[in-house]
Amino acid sequence: MDSVIELNDVVAVLGQFPALAGANLQVSQGEIVLLQGPNGAGKTSILRVCAGLLPIERGSGRVLGIDLVAQRDEVRSRVGLLGHSNGLYLDLTVEQNVRFWASMVNATEEEIVRAMSLMRIDGRLSSVKTARLSAGQRRRCALASLIVRRAEIWLLDEPHAGLDAQGRDELDSVLRNAVSAGATIVLASHEMERASALATRVVTVDGGGVQ
Amino acid sequence: MSSVKSRRTIVVAVARKDLSIEWNSRILTNQVAPFAAIVMVMFAFALDNEGILQRVAPGLMWLATLFSMLIVVQRSFTVESADGALDALRVAGVDTGAIFVGKSLALMVQLFVLEVLLLATAVVLYGVEMTAVGLLEAFVTMVVATAGLGCVGTLYGGLAAGAKGRETLLPLLLLPVVAPVLIGATRATEAAFGSGGTAVSEGWPWIGLLAVFAVIFAVAGTVAFGPLVDE
Repeated sequence: MDSVIELNDVVAVLGQFPALAGANLQVSQGEIVLLQGPNGAGKTSILRVCAGLLPIERGSGRVLGIDLVAQRDEVRSRVGLLGHSNGLYLDLTVEQNVRFWASMVNATEEEIVRAMSLMRIDGRLSSVKTARLSAGQRRRCALASLIVRRAEIWLLDEPHAGLDAQGRDELDSVLRNAVSAGATIVLASHEMERASALATRVVTVDGGGVQ
Repeated sequence: MSSVKSRRTIVVAVARKDLSIEWNSRILTNQVAPFAAIVMVMFAFALDNEGILQRVAPGLMWLATLFSMLIVVQRSFTVESADGALDALRVAGVDTGAIFVGKSLALMVQLFVLEVLLLATAVVLYGVEMTAVGLLEAFVTMVVATAGLGCVGTLYGGLAAGAKGRETLLPLLLLPVVAPVLIGATRATEAAFGSGGTAVSEGWPWIGLLAVFAVIFAVAGTVAFGPLVDE
């Protein structure tokens, strides 16, 4: 299978501190790769490097064949990152948030309705301000916003956080469907049992490198 | 593959989003506008002389605008950083120049509403009188000055957004830069009001200066906004 993510001896820094110290990672298309490791190991930094948010100081990296050093900006429109925060506007309603993110790409009305229905944020919830939602409902709203963007690579940091049992099952189903549709997923999670069952490969991250 | 839309579509989407946030939260109407009006009233208490108030009304109006603008700019970027939305916008691969223009337009609309309110307050509270031509000149001054303030406010708001102590940093960075707008807008508004016997025609060169300022910061902001928010 084609490699869609290639990190070779990647060094990245956050301010003065090394975030990645020679990380290597290869991910093939259609994989669901779970990054596991203790807090501060570098899981989030790997996701942010792959999203083109964290620059590579040394080493090399390519995402979807695009050079992460020279063309970092071009990677961004083709990946979707759901980090610790949800990337939502708290004073907008649920529907306004999803429609805003849908307006950033050529998302159709049908895609918007389907994403909101899939994440169970349609109906009465759609007109509620995001600030009034529970953590799990906000997560579902963020995932719906990610779905409408049709990213080729999904980079998810603790995607199950805040979701109830039904929401977690639905998220797993959404992720499997996304992979069936051609997406690749890299996720970091502390919920090992659930995430391991979902993943096609588990990678251990520690000390800013991949073991 | 996701397909990022044209720059104009992004500009409209970002501006509409910022204005929807203000419409939903009513911060501008319930907090910023009353603050601006209170500043004008406090100036009146402090000076307490109708002749002086009429003479300095243009300067007071624009000072109140700048103080209020600090709150609006802070607010414009707080909504972006509160739940990591600015990061999400960066990852979405959206043209940062279009984000700059969209946010600037939304800021301009809010500032213009404030300025209309402050102009009305100056007329009522300070007893300012204007001819029809003066009113036209005041309107043009507000439009051109607002364009400059919107661009420079968005640029420096983006610069301060990721910095520690951004609430206190923004006024330090922004107020010196907008000094030319304060001077130009005050002189043009003095001409519009006829303060101290100033002729209406004396205001147009100052409006030209305001236009130059607006163009410089519109261009600089479109180019520099992306690298600034990336840092």
